[in-house]
Amino acid sequence: MIFLVAFLVLVMLAAAIAAFFFRDLLSAVIASCIVSLIASIIFFLLQAPDVAMAEASIGAALLTAILIIAIRRTGRYEE
Amino acid sequence: MTFLNEYAFYIGAFGLILIGLLTILLRHHLIKLIIGLSIMETGINLFLIAIGYISRGTAPIFPVDGGAGTVMVDPVPQALVLTAIVIGVAVLAMALGMAIRLHGHYGTLDMRRIKELKW
Amino acid sequence: MRVLLSLAVVAVLAAGIVTVLRDVPFGGNSSRLGSHFVENGREDTGAANIVTSVVLGYRGFDTLGEVTVLFVAAVGLGALLVAGEKNAPRKLEKASMVLTTGSRFLFPLILLFGAYIFIHGHLTPGGGFQGGAIIASGYLLVYLGSRDRRLGKNWAASIETGGGLTFVLLGLAGLTAAGHWFLSNFLPLGVPGQLLSAGIIPIIYVAIGLKVGVELTGVIDSLMGGTE
Repeated sequence: MIFLVAFLVLVMLAAAIAAFFFRDLLSAVIASCIVSLIASIIFFLLQAPDVAMAEASIGAALLTAILIIAIRRTGRYEE
Repeated sequence: MTFLNEYAFYIGAFGLILIGLLTILLRHHLIKLIIGLSIMETGINLFLIAIGYISRGTAPIFPVDGGAGTVMVDPVPQALVLTAIVIGVAVLAMALGMAIRLHGHYGTLDMRRIKELKW
Repeated sequence: MRVLLSLAVVAVLAAGIVTVLRDVPFGGNSSRLGSHFVENGREDTGAANIVTSVVLGYRGFDTLGEVTVLFVAAVGLGALLVAGEKNAPRKLEKASMVLTTGSRFLFPLILLFGAYIFIHGHLTPGGGFQGGAIIASGYLLVYLGSRDRRLGKNWAASIETGGGLTFVLLGLAGLTAAGHWFLSNFLPLGVPGQLLSAGIIPIIYVAIGLKVGVELTGVIDSLMGGTE
């Protein structure tokens, strides 16, 4: 159980660091989506199913979609 | 082992907060800043939920029959975080709208090339 | 210079966090407010889900403010982007038939799931905000799958107004009932655990679910801009 949590936290932090370094904004958005998704699993493990549901549907789905739409309207690469 | 038990969730939460803050401070692209804000917000939510956790507690939802006397985790941070997530997506959508208008006006989102945003 | 300054700020913050958190044990929360809500929430509000009873029962006024913030953000985003319609995105290619048919097939199922989530908000995990977000993601699927479909503006406005009005009017109706106050639960509480229980909480959650769904759909709609 605690090793599962440690593994999830490691992957989450790695995805956040990847979101920091990516020059391609689309990849950065997908990395932040992974952060939200794993955070939702951790919310569930912390016995907060309401918050896990909100984070999965809003943070991982809607926010990613909104960011991708904005990137389509402005430009994909960070120069 | 006990170290992991005690601090794994805190490390995750504050790792996210610090990485998000670094993204906001060091990156030059406005969309990257908004991604950093969202990562930081996730970290803060994670920290609030971790604070409300009680060892061996269950989710604060009663089954149909009984359920009295079971230890349940604190419902107040969960209600607050529920609010915070919804508000957060509205605020980030507003920020993205402003970024799109800025791109229409200046043709770029690089903060080094927009004079008023330089620091 | 900027990099050094930023790293210094983050290092100071991290040191402060480590100093403070060494004394906060994980899992040892002993908030008296939380245990009070857990012990009395089911009797006070009739909702089996204590998070719902906090969101709509004890802190209903706070939730009204939250819904207002969401409304203002959606309206503000629309006003912000209407003026910039000149740089509308380029014309999109048409979606294939498989995508169109698949998204139209899945759309009612997603709507049904969202409605299930917010109707059962007082019994199971979930509620108006989550259900509204699921409904908005169903609309997103339709937008992506078949490009010509749009949410009718009149429908959206009337659902949004109806949701907000239901919330406020139910709150005001609490004022007229004897021994109650703004947003207090004046309907009979029923048996906790049944679908028709918890007084005004399911009604308000249905209103919030529809309103949040329409508002988040409106956010997606105005960000997508005018696609010819």
